[in-house]
Amino acid sequence: MISLEGLTTLLQTWLQNTLGEPWAFAAESVLVGIAAITLFAFLGLALVYMERKVAALMQIRLGPNRVGPKGIFQTSADTLELVMKEGLTADGADKFLFNLAPFMVMIAAMLVLAPIAFARNFQIWDLSIGVLYVAAVSSVAVIGILMAGWSSNNKYSLLGAMRSAAQIVSYELSAGLSILAIVILTGSLRISDIINSQADGWWIIKGHLPVLIAFIVFLIAVTAETNRAPFDLAEAESELTAGFHTEYSGMKFALFFLAEYVNIFIVCAIGATLFLGGWMPFHIGGWDSFNHVMDFIPSSLWFFGKTMFLIFLIMWFRWTFPRLRVDQLLNLEWKYLLPISMVNLLLVTFMAIMGWHL
Amino acid sequence: MLEELGTNDQGDMIINIGPQHPSTHGVLHLVITLNGETIKKVEPHLGYIHRSIEKMCESLSYRQFIYVTSRMDYLSSHINNHGCALCVEKGLQIEIPARAQVIRVLMDELTRLASHLLWWGALAMDLGAFTPFFYSFREREMINELMEDTCGARLTMNYIVPGGVMMDLHPDFQRKVKEFLRLFKSKIHEYDDLVTGNIIFQNRTKGVGYISREDAISYGCTGPTGRGSGLSCDIRKLYPYEIYDQLQFDEVIETGGDSWARYKVRVGEMVQSMRIIEQLIDNIPEGEFQAKTKAVLKLPKGDFYTRVETARGELGVYIVSEGGSTPYRIKFRSPGFSNLSALDHMSRGGKIGDLMATMGTLDLVIPDIDR
Repeated sequence: MISLEGLTTLLQTWLQNTLGEPWAFAAESVLVGIAAITLFAFLGLALVYMERKVAALMQIRLGPNRVGPKGIFQTSADTLELVMKEGLTADGADKFLFNLAPFMVMIAAMLVLAPIAFARNFQIWDLSIGVLYVAAVSSVAVIGILMAGWSSNNKYSLLGAMRSAAQIVSYELSAGLSILAIVILTGSLRISDIINSQADGWWIIKGHLPVLIAFIVFLIAVTAETNRAPFDLAEAESELTAGFHTEYSGMKFALFFLAEYVNIFIVCAIGATLFLGGWMPFHIGGWDSFNHVMDFIPSSLWFFGKTMFLIFLIMWFRWTFPRLRVDQLLNLEWKYLLPISMVNLLLVTFMAIMGWHL
Repeated sequence: MLEELGTNDQGDMIINIGPQHPSTHGVLHLVITLNGETIKKVEPHLGYIHRSIEKMCESLSYRQFIYVTSRMDYLSSHINNHGCALCVEKGLQIEIPARAQVIRVLMDELTRLASHLLWWGALAMDLGAFTPFFYSFREREMINELMEDTCGARLTMNYIVPGGVMMDLHPDFQRKVKEFLRLFKSKIHEYDDLVTGNIIFQNRTKGVGYISREDAISYGCTGPTGRGSGLSCDIRKLYPYEIYDQLQFDEVIETGGDSWARYKVRVGEMVQSMRIIEQLIDNIPEGEFQAKTKAVLKLPKGDFYTRVETARGELGVYIVSEGGSTPYRIKFRSPGFSNLSALDHMSRGGKIGDLMATMGTLDLVIPDIDR
């Protein structure tokens, strides 16, 4: 059976044999870069299509169904349209920052891809502080959003950017604390260690109530962090027309749009890795034959299945809930989620000390 | 830099909401003064869709001018026509056949249902939830089809003529209305599940856009806006026209005065409208659908005023006649205009998001405000 692991090992051996150590590394870096960009483009197209189909499912309609079978080429056609459109720069905008902002958002989203394990031993960079890296780099995106809002010379954009900054900075605390719950249980920040620790059961199952609470808090916090409804105040089309990207058009707008979907993928991938075992198949400690059957499903399928499930949940939120008001949004974080996750962290620590999770 | 951002002396930001904006539902232009996200002042600017309907009516005959009014509040166009026809009939003292009266009231209530359904979806959309819109349109579409069958049009029905209605009901009308009622009743719990019971929705509307009963009276708020503040102002109850005095229905009154109260009034009104339709649908009397009238109508010299309850509130029609075949002067008292005037009072001190919730529950239709 062809697995992603075998493929990469094969490629690496071949490169090292033909090019030698330093050049092989360079070639691998280039290949990884190309693969990441391709994945990006593909994810953008696939997730936008998925979003539209999920929306249609919720809204008793069909969704895209004209371009290609079941409309699968609709998003490609839309992208083509955006590429060909003129990327206007608003009059009075700070041109340098205005044009830089979409790339900032995009690059921040791309960097977070590095430590994510897509399948067994299929990871770009398994660094020892993987989780910390993810938490740190994902918050760089807010600078891009602030930049876009400020440089647009548009009051709607400015309000949207300010909302976004307040929102992301607040919700990062809860997201970080809920991630910390898993780190305490695992005792490692390394992504591969976290996944391996779930070999005899995912944390959401063997972590009892505290991990379940952490998972729910995480889900709410990342929905807010990615500016998705019901926390899409930065865009809030009924209030701020389009929020921070009001003035963007053409490919620059497409980059924001793409970054939003890639961010969703990333946070869901992190969620799947931490709470649902990443690429780890569904194992129950002691049931060896059952575990063996589960191992037959490729690990990449497990990973993408779990991630897609979480993405579906987040899309479900978007098409169900109304938007919160800005003060309610901050109340929810500072008065409810943050105290809950702090108490929950104590619970997890207690659980880890008593060894109930093993 | 401050001037560039459009600020005033106190350093408040001034923002134009509209004339092209997703949540003004038309070409309403609001100039809002903001301190951070807090609203200090809302100033509506009108005139973007002014078509001088009142002036146009002066050059149209008493049969013709009724149809122009379909374009005022296009969501309750039938009720606008009704108000105008009532005024002409009052002047000419025409006796309307019982069948025509029942048909008019049936259509009025169907229009009110359709209008409230659209409002329900649009309000949810203003608050950031897209899906309810599709659910309400599913039901609204059925009403539109009913209208299309009988009147030939879906939005501007132009069904009413002085003395009755233009043509008889479609043979399928009763069956289709009953089917609609049955379906709507089986689906109405979805509305509560999706929006009414939603904690985010309740938080967004409760205590938002408050207006007291006294202020509602002094601003001239009518319709669900007035009734949400505990003001009894249902024309169907207070000054019954047609057969409303013989019908069993309640005037829905809430005392909260906030957006949530106005929401509940409208949802309650949908139920009451269904009650009225249910009472009438099996009891449409046989007979003429139109009274015999002269070819050219001439109102006697004098002033005539009638009022009807549209989906948005009280519509007053005032005709001054010099005895000719066209009105000398026409004035409409439209509900949206008075309700909009209270918007500044309601939204001061709230956030931008509150302004959208308040506007949504005022149910503004801009061509009604800007005639």
